Amino acid sequence: MRKFKDFVTDFGWPRVIIFFFLVGLFIAAPFVGVRIDTSFSDVFTRFGQNGILVLALVPMVQSGCGLNFGLPVGIIAGLLGGTIAMQLGFTGWLGFFGALVIAMPFAVLFGWLYGQLLNKVKGDEMTIAMYVGFAMVTFFSIMWLLLPFTSPAMVWGYAGQGLRTTITLDNFWGQVLNNFLAVRMGNNFFLPTGMILFVFLCAGLVYLFFRSKTGTAMTAVGSNPDFARAGGVSVDKMRTISVIISTMLGAVGILVYQQSYGFIQLYQGPLYMAFPAVAALLIGGASVNKATMVNVIVGTFLFQGILTMTPSVINSVLKTDMSEVIRIVLSNGMILYALTRKTKVSK
Amino acid sequence: MPIETPLLSLEGISKDFYGNTVLSDVSFTVEKGQIVALVGENGAGKTTLMRILFGMPVIADTGGYGGLIKIDGETVKFDTPFDALDAGIGMVHQEFSLIPGFTTTENIALNREAMRSTLACEVFGERLSVLDRATMTARAESAINRLGVKLDPGMLVSEMPVGHKQFTEIAREINRENVRLLVLDEPTAVLTESEAEVLLKALRHLASQGISIIFISHRLHEVTAVADKIVVLRDGAAVKQTASEGVSVRDIAAWMVGRDVEAKRTDREGRDIGEEILKIEHLWVDMPGETVRDVSFSVRKGEIFGIGGLAGQGKLGIPNGIMGLHMAGGCVVLHGKNLQLNDPRAALEAGMAFVSEDRRGVGLLLDEPLDWNIGFTTMQVHGRYLKSYLAGLVKLRDEAGLRKLADEYIKLLSIKCTGPKQKAKELSGGNQQKICLAKAFALKPDMLFVSEPTRGIDVGAKELVLQSLRHYNRDFGTTIVMVSSELEELRSVCDRVAIVDEGSIAGILLPDADIAEFGLLMAGETRKEAVGA
Repeated sequence: MRKFKDFVTDFGWPRVIIFFFLVGLFIAAPFVGVRIDTSFSDVFTRFGQNGILVLALVPMVQSGCGLNFGLPVGIIAGLLGGTIAMQLGFTGWLGFFGALVIAMPFAVLFGWLYGQLLNKVKGDEMTIAMYVGFAMVTFFSIMWLLLPFTSPAMVWGYAGQGLRTTITLDNFWGQVLNNFLAVRMGNNFFLPTGMILFVFLCAGLVYLFFRSKTGTAMTAVGSNPDFARAGGVSVDKMRTISVIISTMLGAVGILVYQQSYGFIQLYQGPLYMAFPAVAALLIGGASVNKATMVNVIVGTFLFQGILTMTPSVINSVLKTDMSEVIRIVLSNGMILYALTRKTKVSK
Repeated sequence: MPIETPLLSLEGISKDFYGNTVLSDVSFTVEKGQIVALVGENGAGKTTLMRILFGMPVIADTGGYGGLIKIDGETVKFDTPFDALDAGIGMVHQEFSLIPGFTTTENIALNREAMRSTLACEVFGERLSVLDRATMTARAESAINRLGVKLDPGMLVSEMPVGHKQFTEIAREINRENVRLLVLDEPTAVLTESEAEVLLKALRHLASQGISIIFISHRLHEVTAVADKIVVLRDGAAVKQTASEGVSVRDIAAWMVGRDVEAKRTDREGRDIGEEILKIEHLWVDMPGETVRDVSFSVRKGEIFGIGGLAGQGKLGIPNGIMGLHMAGGCVVLHGKNLQLNDPRAALEAGMAFVSEDRRGVGLLLDEPLDWNIGFTTMQVHGRYLKSYLAGLVKLRDEAGLRKLADEYIKLLSIKCTGPKQKAKELSGGNQQKICLAKAFALKPDMLFVSEPTRGIDVGAKELVLQSLRHYNRDFGTTIVMVSSELEELRSVCDRVAIVDEGSIAGILLPDADIAEFGLLMAGETRKEAVGA
């Protein structure tokens, strides 16, 4: 009993409650006509889609820059990579990894500029970051029209210029990661092994990075900047590096998301992408100053699980289609809950 | 001649904050028109005593006080400062409590403004009466005249020199008709010498009009010049009360600091004190509250060099400036090489280490385990405790090495903890201090700065910390510069002790020098190099 108590305290009551709620939903599902195997399949796919976007928040949390509400900055870099790779006609694996490679320089550049800005507004990073994200998305809404893309697969059919709001990846690199080593059972169960492995690979790399000298310094900066400075570490440099890495992971994250989703979404698409990621990380038990890989994985799984299951179960109970409304209420409610629950660090 | 009842008498005042005694059985009296000087080191209890007298809420919040306060022979107990004001006690604080955008007159008359009725008052009542500027100015002028100084009643406080602000504060207090006792908490601390002269004259002028004054100051020559009676507080007790006639500055200094213990001269056996290792010339440091103006000294290899002085005089600024944590300028030469200032990394790479006085703020990663706290700086600066993988392509933290390092220091300094993975915030103050020392030791420095190593830790831990410093110095020949507010501590550990006053070195003494010499230097009285140091 004592051991159980310790485990719960360690794991955190909110997570235990959410976990049992999720289990409850899975148990309830068959009785209201929701297929369990489809549900599992959805949860795993959504976990894989969102995992790296959640992971992208970790470096900035660790360096004390707070939750990266400016995640759209990284997403835009990823979108640039994706659209350019498409324009160049890359397909399949070459397409996906080509998009990754092309996105990286943009991510580094954007991240560096974004980092410089955040270093000037210490203490208010999260608010500023949110508006940086909004501004970036809006600016690129103009750019998507103006940039000289010509590939017929991407531009508006009637004008011959300007990118469409959604571009299908069907003939490019849609599902390449998902189908790698995929497990299919019956008609309804599909496990996107490749994508999940890729998420774990990225999480592993981030984990190793935080065991390096730079990663250690970054954690110390987040924990106590004065200590780090007295230890000969440049606080601003570490923060900038963390923002760059966060932005790079954001770019990787959106490319993984899109190959699974099957479409590139431009214009207002990235506007609110930071919020579900933030909610997932906080539900995973991270604080504003500390986040671990366990927080990322547990948080993404629980958040996406609830987000997948609740609307379908409730929908079937109510027998009307209001899944989108429920999804919005739920995801914002979770963010609200998570932000009020955030644990403080001692000073 | 009938015996006059004293205006104020304090009888057996005692006060403790959560079991920590700050005042015990303090008694003295203040006669009408008498100037009583209250002197003592930082933390002797002067401010607490005045807070009790003035009925500050902090006293009642922390459990009240013991003893009696009598005014005109009648016991009083003030619950709020307003009661004290009504009883005729005025207080001039260390920090100015003036409104910068108001004139002298407006500040003096604040909340006691003279009013003039207008027609609107007939209809809407008293609240619409207007200020009677002429009367206010007249009253302000009369208060200024009582002080016997020159002040322009129409001048804005923000445009005044510091001295005039101080006079405005005093004028505000004596503007009340019933004021009989004035308490001045270090009124001359911010003044220049000539301004202080004028102030002292004003105080005598006030006393001659029958106002009693309690005067708190660190400047001892002012005390002897102005006071009729001197009360010396030390560690919460009134150790000496005497009329000021025939008392020399040296006597007061000795009473102030004089714990009658023999300073142990650190034995030099087995220690090798060599050439000059560190030379500091005209160092200035912009550290808030601890400004260093112009400091020059040099330290020899293997020596333990102490820096003492009163709080706020700049002793803490010296190590913080050298280590690059606060803006600094001047010349610091280590091993004959000029040190790059304002760059903490350069200072660490040059072989120096620093144990900060701000343990929780700068010294520790409270949310991280002990092995991180100890190993972090050496990992960042010297690249130790990193393991290479993939033929040196990737370097990762050597967890096992860090744990071993932490275990080693936990044993060496007998740190009480559950192990190297315990979080730093869970340790007690003394053990946290040992972690800070371990962090500095792990750097294997040639030159170690230790700032207030025993602040806020209990007596037993204090001795252990000092002992480990002594041993580290003896075993590794590390030069140590130790900054401390506790003179006794410096005298027991150091080979030489420098006293800092007003941002520069007032003098350097040997630890077994007469205690009065230290007191004099701290009070800014004499400046001379100790013989043979």
